[in-house]
Amino acid sequence: MTNSGPSTDRPLSVSLVGSAARRRRERLVKVLFLSAALVSVVISALIVVSLIGGAVDFVSKIIPAQLLEDGWYPRRDEFGLLTLLAGSLLVTGIALLLAVPIGLMSALFLAEYAGPRTRGMVKPVLEILAGVPSVVLGFFALTWISPEVVQLIDPSASDFNLMAAGLGVGILTIPLVASISEDAMRAVPASLREASYGLGARRITTSLRVVVPAALSGIVAAVILGISRAIGETMVVAVAAGGSGGSQFTIDPFEQGQTITAAMASLAAGTDQVAGSNVAYQSLFFLGLLLFIMTFALNQLGDVFVRRTRQQY
Amino acid sequence: MTAISRPLSDTSLRRTGADWKGLAFHGVLLGALLVSLLILFTLIADVVSRGLPVLAERGTDFLTAPTSSRPARAGVAQGIFGTLMMAVFVAIVAFPVGIMTAIYMEEYAADNRLTRFINVNIRNLAGVPSVVYGLLGLAIFVIALKDVTGGRSMIAGGVTLAVLVLPIVIITSAEAIRAVPRGLREAGFGIGASRWEVTRLLVIPQAAPGILTGTVLALSRALGETAPLILAGAVLGGFSTGSKEFVEQLFGRYTTLPVTIFDWARRPQADFRELTAAAIIVLLVVTLLANAIAILLRNRYERVG
Repeated sequence: MTNSGPSTDRPLSVSLVGSAARRRRERLVKVLFLSAALVSVVISALIVVSLIGGAVDFVSKIIPAQLLEDGWYPRRDEFGLLTLLAGSLLVTGIALLLAVPIGLMSALFLAEYAGPRTRGMVKPVLEILAGVPSVVLGFFALTWISPEVVQLIDPSASDFNLMAAGLGVGILTIPLVASISEDAMRAVPASLREASYGLGARRITTSLRVVVPAALSGIVAAVILGISRAIGETMVVAVAAGGSGGSQFTIDPFEQGQTITAAMASLAAGTDQVAGSNVAYQSLFFLGLLLFIMTFALNQLGDVFVRRTRQQY
Repeated sequence: MTAISRPLSDTSLRRTGADWKGLAFHGVLLGALLVSLLILFTLIADVVSRGLPVLAERGTDFLTAPTSSRPARAGVAQGIFGTLMMAVFVAIVAFPVGIMTAIYMEEYAADNRLTRFINVNIRNLAGVPSVVYGLLGLAIFVIALKDVTGGRSMIAGGVTLAVLVLPIVIITSAEAIRAVPRGLREAGFGIGASRWEVTRLLVIPQAAPGILTGTVLALSRALGETAPLILAGAVLGGFSTGSKEFVEQLFGRYTTLPVTIFDWARRPQADFRELTAAAIIVLLVVTLLANAIAILLRNRYERVG
């Protein structure tokens, strides 16, 4: 390499690297940000460790027959798991019966029918609904849905009942189902719609025969993530389904009952002395682990479908 | 040319009669959307009609009185204080850590196994039910770190909520940072700025409104959470904060608005129903206000960006 002129005879490499202080600061900032990112990894590890630790303690202290009792009464050492599973299944099922049709139809309206102005007015309603604290919805389920809706269907229904809780959870799930499936429908390329209109199809035909099938993976994802949300919902059930202190096995939605989550809230809320080393306390972690595994599996499955929509277009 | 001898008039292409099926479908979809609106309206009307008389009758006394087992004297002062303190904890713990994580993931991280692992991990954390975070708080902040946090204390609850909303802060901030045009960064590097300088001087100012929206949303989520705090030791029922110093209260017993609401909602006396509704009005004003601010910010930001 020869110098092309007198003006560049100073070697450039020195000035491009920058001062040592500047490089040190760069490294420091990077390390700081990396450690912030690692906090989330530590949190995950702590969640898994504390859940498994408590759950193992619990399982080692009980005999399997206790898990098959006919009810969930932790303070009487009756841990009838089926009671809670049936409750969770029932509440989730009722929630989906409300949230899936309403959520999907709202999404289709927002994606295919609403103009930008209508969208701008209507979308915030769903967002505000999503922002209502779940304990508030629990109160609403107990004081309005139960007497005005559930007891209208079945006058002999208990004031606290799984049906009202399920509908309350459903209301909370509507915005999630709507938002994920709307995203999927909007991701369908305009060219598909144009082709459909070009063939003379009406909007209803285009919506149902072109957009919905093309967005199917995203719609499936919305339903799966909706299930996961509904299973994990705690306060609506804790307030509206009754069964504090325990519950008998039931599959009647008009009766009191408990879900996995509500059982956890009720265990923690029942007395301040639950934080100890007794079996009832450790059953909290067993239920937490169960819930964690169920929602984790559902979220993974949902993600697979979300990714499939992204890859398609 | 006999094949197209028939005139291709407009009318032969147009459907005859009204499209009843299409109109009905349109109506059904709109109806589904109105269900949500109707629910929201009914909820607010129900709560306000029950709670407003209490607020009107008790006035500021309701806001300044401590919890009590006697409905006529119970108030939400401790709940409001606890909820505000939760907001402070979220702001000083979750916001910096979350935003720094987002900056690392978007600006610094190479596309390698560690990055992908952290990314998947954050997405998974966002899907963990809030009640499970309560167990984390109970096992780690209340029991394992008892000597630092003072057990079932306000600090333990605040950190639990901060951890709970951390994934939301990270994900929304990362989205805002990702939306900053590449050209801006390249221009910065082109004039010799270092990565931190580009991030600090160009990317963060540009992404700030989006980051702000995400943090406000996370905050409003934290303010409405109940289940994790019940597990992590918030007090249900009455307790006295009397003349305690501020620092003592940080390490002491606490409650928040949503926890107070849960406590009152499950009491059998009819008077507590009205009281619960009044407390809900206070909570809704706080959280919906935070949400509305976030939505407004976002709309404004989307229009600009």
